[in-house]
Amino acid sequence: MSMNPNMSQDTILKVEGLKTYFPTRTGIFKAVDGVSFELKRGKTLCVVGESGSGKSVTARSILQIVDKPGRIEGGSVLLTRADGSVTDLAKLDPRGKDIRSVRGKEIAMIFQEPMSSLSPVHRIGTQIGEALRIHFGTPKKEQRERVLELLRQVEIPRPETAIDRYTFEFSGGMRQRVMIAMALACNPQVLIADEPTTALDVTTQAEILDLIKKLQQSHGMAVLFITHDMGVVAEIADEVLVMYRGKVMERGPVEQIFHAPEDDYTRRLIGSVVKLEKKAEVRLTRAAIPAEAAPLLDVKNLSLTFPSGLKAVDDVSLTVRSGETLGIVGESGSGKTTMGRCLLRIYDPQSGAIAYRRPDGSTIDLRTADRASLKDVRREVRMIFQDPVGSLSPRKNVGQIIAEPLKLAGMRGKDVEDRVAELMRQVGLDPGWRERYPHAFSGGQRQRIGIARAIAVKPRLIIADEATSALDVSLRSQMLDLMMSLQDQLGLSYVFISHDMSVIRYMCDRVAVMYRGRIVETGDTDQVVNHPQHDYTRALLSAIPHPDPRDRRIHKRFRYDPTVKPTGIVSANG
Amino acid sequence: MLRFILKRIVFAIPTLFAVSIIAFIIIQLPPGDYLTTLMADWASQGGAVEAGTVAAMRERYGLDQPIYFQYYKWIWGILTAGDFGISFELGKPVTELIWNRLGFSLLLSLLTLCFVWAIAIPIGILSAVRQYSISDYMATFLAFFFLAVPDFLMALSAMYVMSAWFGQSVGGLFSPEYVDAGWSFGKLVDFAEHVWLPVVVIGLGSLAALVRIMRANLLDELSKPYVTTARAKGMSELELLIRYPVRLALNPLISTLGWILPAVISGEIIVSVVMSLPTTGPLLLRALLAQDMYLAGSLILLISVLTIIGTLISDILLALTDPRIRFQ
Repeated sequence: MSMNPNMSQDTILKVEGLKTYFPTRTGIFKAVDGVSFELKRGKTLCVVGESGSGKSVTARSILQIVDKPGRIEGGSVLLTRADGSVTDLAKLDPRGKDIRSVRGKEIAMIFQEPMSSLSPVHRIGTQIGEALRIHFGTPKKEQRERVLELLRQVEIPRPETAIDRYTFEFSGGMRQRVMIAMALACNPQVLIADEPTTALDVTTQAEILDLIKKLQQSHGMAVLFITHDMGVVAEIADEVLVMYRGKVMERGPVEQIFHAPEDDYTRRLIGSVVKLEKKAEVRLTRAAIPAEAAPLLDVKNLSLTFPSGLKAVDDVSLTVRSGETLGIVGESGSGKTTMGRCLLRIYDPQSGAIAYRRPDGSTIDLRTADRASLKDVRREVRMIFQDPVGSLSPRKNVGQIIAEPLKLAGMRGKDVEDRVAELMRQVGLDPGWRERYPHAFSGGQRQRIGIARAIAVKPRLIIADEATSALDVSLRSQMLDLMMSLQDQLGLSYVFISHDMSVIRYMCDRVAVMYRGRIVETGDTDQVVNHPQHDYTRALLSAIPHPDPRDRRIHKRFRYDPTVKPTGIVSANG
Repeated sequence: MLRFILKRIVFAIPTLFAVSIIAFIIIQLPPGDYLTTLMADWASQGGAVEAGTVAAMRERYGLDQPIYFQYYKWIWGILTAGDFGISFELGKPVTELIWNRLGFSLLLSLLTLCFVWAIAIPIGILSAVRQYSISDYMATFLAFFFLAVPDFLMALSAMYVMSAWFGQSVGGLFSPEYVDAGWSFGKLVDFAEHVWLPVVVIGLGSLAALVRIMRANLLDELSKPYVTTARAKGMSELELLIRYPVRLALNPLISTLGWILPAVISGEIIVSVVMSLPTTGPLLLRALLAQDMYLAGSLILLISVLTIIGTLISDILLALTDPRIRFQ
C-alpha cells in the first residue's frame, strides 16, 4: 500500500492496462486487452460496446469475480480509500480475505437479470442483510432495521411486508430495486452496474435510471455503468468508454463521444443508433398504400382469456393491408406476443374473428377454420421468432433447416437444393455454408436463417415477434433493411411485434399500441410517434432514452397512471 | 399449506383404490392358484391327491368364488377390521406375519438412507466443485463400480470376508442367542454389530445414483448468476457454496425421498434372502412363488400405500424447503 501522488483527489478507482484472458482449446481469448480508465467520486462512467466486447468481463475483473477459466493476466486496479491508502485489487488472491473485504463493502455490483441473480429460495431481507453480517457482523435485529431503511430508500412499497417475501413475488423492476438495495447495504464508494436495465421495459428502465442517479447524488458514489444502449449512455453518462473486442476504442466526455467522435468504430456505432431515430429512407420515398384496398388480414374483437383468468387479449381489432407493415408495440405483459400467436392459432382465442383473404380473393375466418384449411393458410402466413438460438434446431444443418418448409410443401430433390441456395443468397448468406450448423453462425446470421426459412414457401404475411431484440444495434438496422427489401421484392406484409419504438418507427407503416391486452391507439406511425393521442403512448414515448446528451429527457418524462385518469381521455396538449 | 396437504390426501384416495384392484389382478394373473402349487408340491413328493379333496379345500379357502367377490371380501376385511386375511401357506393371519417384519424393514431402510445420504452428498459436492479432477474421477469410478456389482455378489463377498477373516457372525440381524430374546442393552449392541453390514451392502449399490444426481444438480447451480451475486457481496467460498448452490441442489434430492418408503417392503429382496434378514422382502418373494394370495396381495397393497405416502411426504418436504412450490 502506498500513496500515489499522480492520482487526483476525486479518483476512487484507477484501472490501468487491465488484461483478462480466457484460455480455450484453440488458444487464448483476450476478453479484456489493455483497458484503462478512472472512476471519480460522484461521476458516472458508461462502458458501452456490443455483445462480446468485454465490457462485462472488465467490470467483473475489478472485483475478481470473472467466471472460470478467466484470469487477470496483467494491469492494475488501484482503489483509493477515504483515508488515502491505496490497494491494487488485481494483485489480491481472488479467494482471499482481502478482496472479500472489498466486495460488497467498498465496491458493490448489480447485475442484468434480477430474477436469476437473486436466490429464489431465500427471503429478500436475508439476501440484502447478508452483506451487513459478513462485513460488520451486524446483529439480526439491527440488520432488519437497516434493511427496512434500504427498502425505503429504493422506494419499494410496504417494506415491512416486502422484507419477508421471495424474489418471484416481485416484478422485474422491483427485483432490480432489491438488487440495488443489496448493493447499497454497506454504503459502497463505487457501484458497478452491469446492464441493470437491459431486461426491463422502457418505463421501468427510466424509473431505475432515475433511482440510481438519485442514490448516486445522495451517497456520492462513483458509478461504473455497463450498457449496450447508446440512448441510456446519452441520458446518464459523464464519461464514456467505448469497447470493441476487448480493447478501448475511445474514451472521453459524453458530449465528445456523441458529437465529435474521433474513432471510426464509435462513429459507426453512433451512426447506427441515429439511423434508427427516424424512418428508413426506402420507406420515405415509397408510394402510400391505398387505405381503401381490401385488407389482407382483418381482425375483429379478438379476445383470449387464459385459464388463470388473465385477459391476455381483450377485444382487439386491427387490419393489415397487402404490402404494408403493421407494428404492434407494447411493454412486457401487454399481450402482444399472445396476440401474434392467436393470429396463427397457436393459441385459440375464445371470441372474435380473424378474416384472412386468400390469394383467390375469398376470405376465411382463421379463428374457426378447420385443421386442413389452417394447414394451407400456415404456408402463407409465417412466423419469425425473437430468439435466433432457441428457434433453430441445433441438430440440423442450415440447409436442412431452410429446406424443411419446402419439403413439407412437397418439394423434392434438386429443386429443394436450388431453392435453398437461392434463399440463402436472398438473405445475404453464402450458399456454401449450408452444411454448417446453427452454432457456427453469429446472432445476426442466425436471424437471417430464420428469415430464409420463413420466406421459403413464398408466404404473403410474416408475423415477426421481437425479431431484432436479441441483436446488437449495428445489426438491427441491417436486419430491418433486409426485411424491407424482401418486402418490396416479394410483396410481403408484416405484423412486426416489438417493445422497441425505434425499430417500429424505422420500418412500420402503421402502428398499434397495446397495453394490458387492449389496443389503446392505432394510426400511421408518424402520427402516433409525433402526435400521440393516448396518455399511455405518450408515457411510453417519453420514457425512451434519447441518444443525445444535449437533450436529456427521461427524467422529465410523462408518467401514465391508469388509476388517475380513465383511459381514452386525451389531455388537451397531447 | 394445510389446503395443499389436504388436497393431496384427497387425490390419493382414488389412486389407492385403483392400486388395490390392480394389485389383486396381478396376483390372479399367473395360471392356477395356491392349491395348484400345493398339489404340484405334493405330487413331486410322490403323494397322490384325490380330486374331491382339492374341491373341498378350494371351497374352504373361498377359491371357488368369482374373483370380484374374493376381492370384495378381502378389501372389506381390511377397511372395516384391519384384517388382511390369512396366509394359506403359513396358516397365520397376514397381519401377524407382516407387522413383525415391517419394523425391521423400516429400521433397515432408514439406516441405509442415512448412510447413503451422509456419504453421497459430500462426495457429490466434491465431484462438482472439483469437476474433472482426480478426486472427481475416483469418486465417479467407485460409485459406478458399486452400481455395477450385483448386490447379491456384494452381499456374499462381504459376508465371506467378515466371517472368514474377521470371524464375525454374519447373516441375520442378531446372533443366535439374541434372536428370540427380549430387548436389552446387550441385544441392542448385538443388533448394531450385525446391522451395519447389510446397511453398507445395500447402501453402496444406490450410492452411485445419488452421487451423480447431486453432482449434476450442483454443477447446474454453480454456474447460476446468483452465485456471482453472493460472491460480489464478499462471502467466503465455503459459506457461499453451502448457503446457496448446495441448498438449491438439495431440492431435487428431496423428491427422491418418496421412493424410499416403498423400498422398505420390496427393496433389496435378494440381499435380504442372501443375508437371511428378518425383513418383508423374503416374505414377499415366498408368497409370490407359492401364490399365497392374501399375503402377496397385502404386501403389494402396502407397497403401493407406502409409495403414495412417501410421495406425499416428499411433496410436503419440498414445499417446505422451496417457496416456489409453496406459493404456486
